[in-house]
Amino acid sequence: MKYMLLIYGREDAWTENEREQCYHDSTKLTHELNEKGKFIAASPLHSVSTATSIQIREGKRIVTDGPFAETREQLGGYFMIDARDLDEAIEIASQIPGAKKGTVEIRPVVELTGLPSSL
Amino acid sequence: MSSTPSDIRTIVDDVYRRESRRVFATLVRLVGDFDLAEEAMHDAFASAVEKWSSEGVPDNPRAWLVSAGRFKAIDTLRRRTRFDASLEEIARRVGDSSSLPQGIDDESIEDDRLRLIFTCCHPALGRETQIALTLREVCGLTTEEVASAFLTSPSTIAQRIVRGKSKIRDAGIPYQVPSNKDIPERLASVLAVIYLVFNEGYSASSGESLTRSDLSAEAIRLGRLIVDLMPDGEVIGLLALMLLQESRRTARTSLAGDIILLEDQDRSLWNRDHIAEGHSLVERAFASGVSGPYAVQAGIAALHASASAPDQTDWGQIVALYDLLLQMGSSPVVELNRAVAVAMRDGPAAGLPLIESILATGELNQYHLAHAARADLCRRLGHRDEAISSYRQALALARQEPERRFLERRINELQ
Repeated sequence: MKYMLLIYGREDAWTENEREQCYHDSTKLTHELNEKGKFIAASPLHSVSTATSIQIREGKRIVTDGPFAETREQLGGYFMIDARDLDEAIEIASQIPGAKKGTVEIRPVVELTGLPSSL
Repeated sequence: MSSTPSDIRTIVDDVYRRESRRVFATLVRLVGDFDLAEEAMHDAFASAVEKWSSEGVPDNPRAWLVSAGRFKAIDTLRRRTRFDASLEEIARRVGDSSSLPQGIDDESIEDDRLRLIFTCCHPALGRETQIALTLREVCGLTTEEVASAFLTSPSTIAQRIVRGKSKIRDAGIPYQVPSNKDIPERLASVLAVIYLVFNEGYSASSGESLTRSDLSAEAIRLGRLIVDLMPDGEVIGLLALMLLQESRRTARTSLAGDIILLEDQDRSLWNRDHIAEGHSLVERAFASGVSGPYAVQAGIAALHASASAPDQTDWGQIVALYDLLLQMGSSPVVELNRAVAVAMRDGPAAGLPLIESILATGELNQYHLAHAARADLCRRLGHRDEAISSYRQALALARQEPERRFLERRINELQ
């Protein structure tokens, strides 16, 4: 099964050094997962202050700064993995450095047929 | 030998009572879907009534039912895949009806019961969902029975169960006994569900009646099942704790449904069989080497149970066990219970400052028993006004009718 692991956390919870270490540890994890055939994709995201939101309402496009939800924990990165079941996904999510400071949300992916197979 | 149709029906009913949850648990593994397994199990029992009349009762009814259920599930899937292509994956997993089902020996079937319990109590499910699923799928209670036990509507419970089963399927919660590394965390979740079910039956959190004994009986049955399947020290401790508490059931309320405190109970009403079994389980739990919070609480309950009169209670030993419990994980409720035990050992004047410092932290401000405990010590010390004011605070927070009547009675006695 494919799972999206969404990493949430407070952006001010990390020092610059900690962030570097987190990127380093996460990269190592992607290689470990890849060797076991469980890696699909992963990436950290730039700060939420760089986010832009788009909505189409009655055919008109609305472009606004930032996300709408006023939450303290922001989406900061993601892993897309291929795991046997939820227990394996939990096991992998627990190794993501972001879990130590924030929250990793595990979402099973709806696998649509007919998508391009590049992923 | 020929059996009449009514004989066969009695036999099938009997097999249903003993085996239906086992058959269901194994079918869930074989067909990979709760609803399909449930339907297949009922189909299998229905065809048993017919087939056993003409062909006789099979040597191993359980294996017969699993096998028949699996064939029924395959038929259902074949019919449905014509309309719904998304079922093809399940159909592939189940295999075709010419192959023999794997693992229907007794040992695999017992493992299936554990798989079912661990799946229903998976920490990825909410506590209320875990409880509803466990009572429905493991114990075989109807949705209506679960609803009436928890004083909610059947539609609420039905929704909880449907959502739970969807999550198991869509999020890929596996149907397996967890790995050794994960057992402590996962078992804790199972034991918490069982103890909540027991407590809801032993001391219902709200409503007219103080207890709902059916739920406690289910919880004890579940506890026995897990002790058989996975005899861990804490599993044994939990079963002991439930039996020792259950032993006092008839003594703790009057015929009118009023509360009778431990010190006022007629100890001849305590169930000696439960106490004897509880005692030997406590010994077994402590002998297992790892004694956790359930075993220690069972140890405390065992000390109460072995006192022939209130003044024979070994309060010193009880305080020592509460100290041990606090070392395992501090909780304000455990501190409160320890303070009450200290008051019993050394007198109310020794317990009162302990309770007051617990109340001062604010953590138990909304817990009626904390105020009731303070009130009781004040009453014993002759501090009438303070006692009344604490009983009133407790009364404002208590939701259970018999407890409310008890507190009102105490206030009236003091006024």
